[in-house]
Amino acid sequence: MLPILERTLIVMPAFNEEDAVKQVVLEVFEKLPGVSCLVVDDGSSDDTIAQAREGGALVAKLPFNLGVGGAMRVGFRYALDHGFDNVVQVDSDGQHDPSSVPAMLEKLETADLVIGARFAGEGSYTVRGPRRWAMIVLSKFLSATARTSLTDTTSGFRASGPRAVRLFAEHYPAEYLGDTIESLVIAARAKCVIVQLPVSMRVRAGGVPSHNPLKAAAYLGRASMALLFALMRPPVPLHTSEIPR
Amino acid sequence: MSVATYIFGVLSALATLGVVIEMLRRRRLRERHAVWWLVAGVLALIVGVFPGVLVWAANLIGVEVPLNLVFFVSVAVLFLVCIQHSTELTMLEAKTRILAENAALHQMRIEALENDAKQISRD
Repeated sequence: MLPILERTLIVMPAFNEEDAVKQVVLEVFEKLPGVSCLVVDDGSSDDTIAQAREGGALVAKLPFNLGVGGAMRVGFRYALDHGFDNVVQVDSDGQHDPSSVPAMLEKLETADLVIGARFAGEGSYTVRGPRRWAMIVLSKFLSATARTSLTDTTSGFRASGPRAVRLFAEHYPAEYLGDTIESLVIAARAKCVIVQLPVSMRVRAGGVPSHNPLKAAAYLGRASMALLFALMRPPVPLHTSEIPR
Repeated sequence: MSVATYIFGVLSALATLGVVIEMLRRRRLRERHAVWWLVAGVLALIVGVFPGVLVWAANLIGVEVPLNLVFFVSVAVLFLVCIQHSTELTMLEAKTRILAENAALHQMRIEALENDAKQISRD
């Protein structure tokens, strides 16, 4: 058992995931003994809460849907209030493999934010066409901002170290795409060290990634706007005096 | 301009001001939201009572048809009101979101405390 797991909180934003969430929680506890797991129910109308509790997770219940950003804010604040050093965001639909978490936590020794990337060699997850081009363009810009090579900036599989947890508990954005794009910009501008780690992704339990070119264009438009405004906003400082690195 | 048009203009301006002031009096409208409506009402009243002011102002900034100045100012006021509402809405959303986050965290805390209390009463 890794001692670092006891200081780590797995946060799973869940919105109507009654089919998958219990299995995912059980898998997390099986593969990561000693870890704490918080499912943030994002205003689900189904049985997500009961299923998550059956799996043995802590459950925070949001009164209405806030999106992934709002759910993650709850996770970061819970981690800060209860003395967890690290937060790992894992999807509740089972597309993230918890066995990658120890490798991500290991990377946190030299970084503040580790992104589990899908296109970095491992796994069989592929996206084609305009949506892929949109993601590549975004990656280029964000890599420049973060001063590191990032290939999969929209990945929701992330590990945050103590400095990032402190930063995000206060400043995690709640807007659309804020949880992926703007959070990276905020971290980069607060001088957090960002790295990416290749992880394998599994096929999502339900639904397939959309390849509609119109939707891809809309996505690129909204993502560019999110990025542009993230860069235009005043940077937020990290109170480094509290956590020396 | 006929007398009827003149009276109509003045009455419209008075009605606008009357509605806004009455809403303020009944506390159905806060001052900060009423500012632009009050400005619009007062301007309309001035122009209604002294139409010469409109012609003078239009000449001053070089608007050929004075009526166009009326349209321009009206649109400007509506724009300011809309922007104000949008920012207020954004702020309210942010506040509700923070309350929702706090509610979720408090509920977890209450449940944990209740469990502790049960444990203690059992022992």
